[in-house]
Formats: sequence, C-alpha cells, structure tokens
Amino acid sequence: MTSIAVAVPRSTGARRSLKRSRRWALITSYVFLVIFAIFFLMPPYYMIVTSLKSDAEVAHMATNPWIIANGITLDQFKLLFTQTDFLIFFKNTAIVTVSVVVITMVVSVLAAFSLGRMRFWGSSILATGIFLTYLVPDTLLFIPLFQIVKAIGLLNSYWGMVLVYPTLTVPFCTWIMIGYFQSIPKELDEAALIDGAGHMQMLLKIFIPVALPGIIAATIFAFTVSWAAFVYPMAFLYSADQQVLTVGTVTSLIRADVYKWGMLMAGALVAAAPPLVIYAFLMDYYIAGLTSGATKG
Amino acid sequence: MADTVHTWVPSLQTAGARPSTRRGLGKFLRQRSTIAFLMCLPLIVIIFSLVIYPAFYSIYLSMLNKAQTRFVGLGNFSFLLSRDVFWMVVWQSAIFALSAVFFKAVIGLITAHLINNLPAKGQRKWRGMLLVPWVIPLALSSLGWWWLFDPTHSAFNWILKSLGFNEIAWLSDPYWARFSVILVNVWYGAPFFLIMYLAALKSVPEQLYEAAAIDGANAWQKFIHITLPMMRNIIAITVLFSLIVTFANFDIVQIMTAGGPRNMTHVFATYSFLLGIRSGDLPLGAATSLFMFPILAIAAIFILRGVRKRGRDIA
Repeated sequence: MTSIAVAVPRSTGARRSLKRSRRWALITSYVFLVIFAIFFLMPPYYMIVTSLKSDAEVAHMATNPWIIANGITLDQFKLLFTQTDFLIFFKNTAIVTVSVVVITMVVSVLAAFSLGRMRFWGSSILATGIFLTYLVPDTLLFIPLFQIVKAIGLLNSYWGMVLVYPTLTVPFCTWIMIGYFQSIPKELDEAALIDGAGHMQMLLKIFIPVALPGIIAATIFAFTVSWAAFVYPMAFLYSADQQVLTVGTVTSLIRADVYKWGMLMAGALVAAAPPLVIYAFLMDYYIAGLTSGATKG
Repeated sequence: MADTVHTWVPSLQTAGARPSTRRGLGKFLRQRSTIAFLMCLPLIVIIFSLVIYPAFYSIYLSMLNKAQTRFVGLGNFSFLLSRDVFWMVVWQSAIFALSAVFFKAVIGLITAHLINNLPAKGQRKWRGMLLVPWVIPLALSSLGWWWLFDPTHSAFNWILKSLGFNEIAWLSDPYWARFSVILVNVWYGAPFFLIMYLAALKSVPEQLYEAAAIDGANAWQKFIHITLPMMRNIIAITVLFSLIVTFANFDIVQIMTAGGPRNMTHVFATYSFLLGIRSGDLPLGAATSLFMFPILAIAAIFILRGVRKRGRDIA
C-alpha cells in the first residue's frame, strides 16, 4: 500500500483518508470474521459445554443451555470410559487407521515415484485413471463391496475395514505424491544414476527425504480419512467388539430410549481429538498438500 | 529400511550377472519400465479389485432379484422410476447438493477474502479457527448438530424463546429438516472452499492489484476484473469437486434424520443404504446408487478438463 502512495503523489489529506479507509476495511473484516467464527465454532463449543455438565443440568433445561451453571464435572467422561465399549471402539479405530496409513503410504509412494519419475507404457493413462477413481465416492461402492467383503469372510470384522479403506485414501495420496515427485529437479536423479544408485536407493535416499512435506500431507490425509470413515463401518460392522469410533459413538452409545447427551458429547469429543491434535501441529503441511493438487495440477 | 535395500539391490545384480538362462529374466527385471510397472502393481491391484471390479459388479448386481437368484434385466430400475419416493430422493439430492455447494462457495469466498485482508501475522490463527468444522470427523459433528436440534432440549430454540419467537421443530418438520441438513453441510464444507480460495488468492500476482489501483479501480472492480478471472479455474475445480462429494454425502442425513420425516430428507446415499443394507435388497440398493453415476461422471469429466488445462497453463 505504501508503494502506491509513493507512486502517485498525493496530498497529506488524501493519504490520511486512504489510511482511514484502510483501517475501516480492517475493522469490518474483523467484525465479519467474528460472526463467521461464531457460526463455525458454535457446535464444537456446545459439545464441550454439554460434556462438562451433570446429567441433571442437561435434562432439566432450567438454566441457559449455552453455559455451565451448576459447576463443571468430569462424570460424563468417567462414565464413558468405564461403563461403555468406547475404549474398544478407540482401540479398533487405532488399529484400522494405523494399518491403513501404512498400506496407503507404501502403495502410493511406490506408485507415485514410478508414475511421476520413471514412466512406462500406459503410465499417463494410469495417472489419469487414479485421479478419476478418487472421484468415485464410497456411497457408490459400499453395496458391491458388501458382497465382496462378505464373500471373503470379513463381514463384521474390522480387518474388512483395513481392506476397503485404501479405496478412499490411495488414489488421492498417489495423486499428491506424483505432484511432489514431479516438482523435484531432473538433475537430482541423473546425478544419483551416475553415482550408480539403483531405483530403490534413489527413492529412499533422495526422493523421500526431499518430498517429505508431501509425504507428511499424504499421511495426514490418510489418517483423517480412515479415522472419520463412516459409510463402510456403518454397512459392514454390527457387533460392538468390532465397531469403530464414528459408528460406535453414533449408534451404540445411544441406549434404549434414554439419550445420555452429556456422555454422547464426551464420546464425540474424545473421538474427534486425534485428528484435531494432528491438525493443530501439522496444519500447514496438510493445507500445502491439499491445495497443491489443485493449484499445481 | 535403508539397510534392507542395501542388501536387496546387490543380490538382484548378482542374480542378473550369473551366466545362465536366468540372465534374460534378470535383465528384464532390471529394465527401467519393468521396475516402474512393478512399483505400480500394488496400486493397480487395489484399484482394479476394490474400485473397478465392484463398480461393474454393481451393474450386474442391480439386474438381479432380491434373493439374487434370477436375472431381471432393468426391472429394478423401472421399479424405482415408478415410485414417488424415488423421485423425491432425486429432487432432494439435487436441492441438497446445489444449494449446499452454492452457499459453501459463497461463504468460502467471503471468508477467504476477509482473511486475506488481515495483516499477515494474524492470518494463520484465523484460518486455523475457521477450519475446525472441516477437521472434526463429520459423523461426530453431525451428532453434535443433532443435539443442537434436539426436539425438547434444542439450544437454538432456547435462544428463539428467550428472544420471544416460536420454537422450531428443526428435524421433525420436513421443510425445516431439509433446511437443517443443508445448513450442517454448508457448515462442514465451507472451510474447504476457504483454504482452496485462500491459496488461489495468494497466487494472484500483487502487481496486478497495484496496476489496478493506479488506474483508480475500487475494491469491487479489482475483484471482478482481476481476482475472479485469475481464480476461475480453481473455483470451477473446487465447485465441481464439492458437488461430487456433497451429492454423494451420507453421514449428515443418516445421523440427523435417517431420511425422515416421511422420507423427505433422503438423498441417494441414504436411500440406497435403507434399501440395500437395512432392508436387505442389495440389487435394489445397487440400482439406486447407480443413478448417481451419470451426474458424477459429468462432473468428473469437467474437473479433469480443468485440471489438465491448469497443468498446461503452468507448463
């Protein structure tokens, strides 16, 4: 902005009015951002407030529901961890997610390296095909996959989730890794080849370290997608010992006709915590990875 | 990891150097394109067995009767087309996707601009705050919204009541239920537009705005004549992508209304879940979900064109 003031000679009065209008623009921005922030943060805020109330306060509606009037209590969390299957769901989700992330990263890094750097007959068609499979939603595939998972004998087993979740993660992770690998200068692998490195050595010693930001982004994507997956477990899992967090919290924590909303909200918050924590620390990598797919193409 | 590769690579080379009939195979294995293909093999297996095969299997499945014993041709499709509920699902899916994507795009664009106006130091903090809805697993935040809309304890109704308005039956009145599921979808999806637009805004060269400022353009003119044309491709890709995701959405409707009241909030995903899994008629469920395919395919073709064009622009 100062550069404009220099480029166009103005009187001091005009410059002051420019400055003032700039300040007003900033204030309006903040006002609207606060309004949007209230809209975006209201549900998580209300979930936190509910989870810290006693059952009596939640049920009776005598006080303002948006604030905790009768004191903070951790009873809901205690109840959640001791009286329900929540910890089983958590363990199952952790096993499924870690397995899916490992499978996804091995498969997609190998494929992206090969498609992005080496090329073979049909590789460009395959790269396009991968992008298209990313656009096939899980809600189109869950019915045929139900039959397939059933035929393999993995219906109502969380290992069935390890089998089918890669359809959600692998295409996009491969896609962003292709972009990262392609952005690495060609001279680097030529130098490695001259030094006598094999393709595997090249991948492990040069490409993976250089493309680390992309690998972090792809890992976070695979993690959040497997953690949040809902359609497949909803269709394929039905007993509590095999259930994962999303479906378990939504279906089996609701008992009979009594909705224990305080405990439900406590469960939803604990279940949402791992993705939130990861994102709090690694947000920049994740966003860079996601937007590069579209801005770099 | 590195150690195992060290031992693996020389062993491959010695195998190839052995003077025997295996030399041909070794040479073949060491060829660049073969290695490249082998590296892709796990991906190809996953995509073929878990995406492409199921997609075609779904078409076959949709032409069987409920017990999957008899081939009925297009019977399931014509049955669906003759049902009023199905047509309601078609309309609701269209209304749901189009209105949700429109408001996501508008809110995303506004918030991206607002954040871009701030001094660089505060941008990260605001972006992080506004991204929260998109990071919470949708199934869990839908549960939170359900609680906000609860018929007897609704916290929104408490506000309405204390302001002197009538209570709203958020999820039991069909039209309010439609409004509610769209609202939740906008809440969840707008942050995605925000980050895409914010990244695109940052990539518009600053000189363009400076030149426009010298020519005396106001903020609106800068937006219409510089920002929008520069971001057109990103906006198109994001809108089409979001259209696919929103159109195929399952979590929100399944958790908040399960399609009710009177099937008025069903979308393709929840209706095919009801028919295929809940009622056990897999072929009919497959037929329902296949109706999504033409719309998704059209959106996918346009996205691909946009992405390729973008690639050419940069190259």
